[in-house]
Amino acid sequence: MNYKHFILLICLVTLSSCKQDSYLNKIEGKQINISDSLQPDKTIEAFIKPYREHVNANLDSVLAYAVNTLSKSDGEYNTAIGNMMADAVFEQANPIFKSRTGHDIDMVLLNHGGIRAIISKGNVTSRTAYEVMPFDNSVVVVELKGQQVKELLDYLVRAKRAHPISKLKITLDKDTLLQSAFINDKPIDLNTSYFVATNDYLYNGGDRMNFFKTNDSLYVLDYKVRNVLIDYFSETDTLRPVIDDRFIQLKN
Amino acid sequence: MKRRDFIQQTAAASALIGLGGMGLSSFKPATKKITILHTNDVHSHIDAFGPDDGRNPNQGGVARRASLIDAIRKENPNTLLLDAGDIFQGTPYFNYYGGELEFKLMSMLKYDVATIGNHDFDNGIDGLYAQLPHAKFDFVSANYDFSDTVLDTHVKPYRIIIKDGIKIGIFGLGIELEGLVEKRMYKETLYLDPTETAQEMTRILKQDEKCDLIICLSHLGYNYRNRPEKISDLKLAETTKDIDLIIGGHTHTFLKKPTVVKNAIGENLLVNQVGCYGINLGRIDFYFDSDKNKAANGKSIIV
Repeated sequence: MNYKHFILLICLVTLSSCKQDSYLNKIEGKQINISDSLQPDKTIEAFIKPYREHVNANLDSVLAYAVNTLSKSDGEYNTAIGNMMADAVFEQANPIFKSRTGHDIDMVLLNHGGIRAIISKGNVTSRTAYEVMPFDNSVVVVELKGQQVKELLDYLVRAKRAHPISKLKITLDKDTLLQSAFINDKPIDLNTSYFVATNDYLYNGGDRMNFFKTNDSLYVLDYKVRNVLIDYFSETDTLRPVIDDRFIQLKN
Repeated sequence: MKRRDFIQQTAAASALIGLGGMGLSSFKPATKKITILHTNDVHSHIDAFGPDDGRNPNQGGVARRASLIDAIRKENPNTLLLDAGDIFQGTPYFNYYGGELEFKLMSMLKYDVATIGNHDFDNGIDGLYAQLPHAKFDFVSANYDFSDTVLDTHVKPYRIIIKDGIKIGIFGLGIELEGLVEKRMYKETLYLDPTETAQEMTRILKQDEKCDLIICLSHLGYNYRNRPEKISDLKLAETTKDIDLIIGGHTHTFLKKPTVVKNAIGENLLVNQVGCYGINLGRIDFYFDSDKNKAANGKSIIV
């Protein structure tokens, strides 16, 4: 065997080892917890830092001041925090809706469960809005016929919960039966239709508010409820919402 | 193929004759090891949870994950890093930067391949498309047909990566978007049947491409106990063949260990998912041997 043959052989052997078939014969699987026993990578940490600082500075910049601590558990049929949220949705979303459709929002209905945190007395920031509304739900306006508005009323009367409402006024008698209901200070006309602002979670049947689904028309405003709150806080110097008579039960 | 086998056999024979004692073993290791690392449903959790967190105190964090991955790569350079979707949505980082930071960090961590979760459409398909320049890794999805969308040609059905001569085929599967994501977000994306798609993919990857290892990156969800008709990773595993590993997501399932499932032809495969929010990293090591007899005795799975 001469020198050239040897080189050829080496090449062939090397080639064959690359082309060598491999057979899977063992698999090991496990999960590794990312815990504080691991040292953070310094390069990654340094890369994140300016983003984190910007987000935190923005989240923590003061937008408004809350005179009192606001909690959804303070109030029976309506709460200060819920009233503020529903009113904020009306105030912030109505100009957009009106400019797009020429109509006004007639009333607002949100859900009590959708208030995810309290607002503490003191400075109110964007972070507050993220805490109260961590989900990305957006405002939608649904045109409801009189019959569906009736279902909406039945729902609220049955639920006996302080679901946030605005522009709607409900009075229950002492037996918790519906005594009167007004939209925009006018008795509800079952022969007309109303533009009801809510969020896309409820529109899609969340909290079993099924009356929204049988609507004629849906208007998507591309306006997150959280951004409604941030904009409302930015425009409002001092938050002092109160429990009022928008949803009450008469005691006698 | 015939010709390659011929060269191989000739080479082996010549080597044995010509080189005698040197043999083949001195030219290559007898076993090869491929390490697959994976995450799912990280949901923009870039920072670790704080010490006061009610559920996951002091866990997660991209910078910590980076050092862990780095250490594993040093131990085995033949490592792939994969993500099973829902990279977006969950912390203000996403609301402020739209996914830019998530993609940049995953690129720095040298992710190889990811698939698309339903929440990755949260800023619309255009929002996802806009962030793609920040991703230095590939997206695979075989059952989303993006032909009539901006993602056309930007997302491939599968990708093949060769590590240490081992050919690894990775394909992606996504969950049905209708009813989960608003149509105006995913636009003209078409959802194709995951099982049929998986069968097509394994045919291509196994028979045409002759992959040694086939991995499915899935965002279908681990299992739907109350909806047995709904496609899930476990169901997919049982009704297909030639998949070695399904890396799942969507259901935020924390498993004590990867699940061993028998596929349609009675062979074992692994289904894994590591919860969510970057709290865990999944690690699966595949050992290959050039000795066919070892493999013929059946592969051992240690979980």
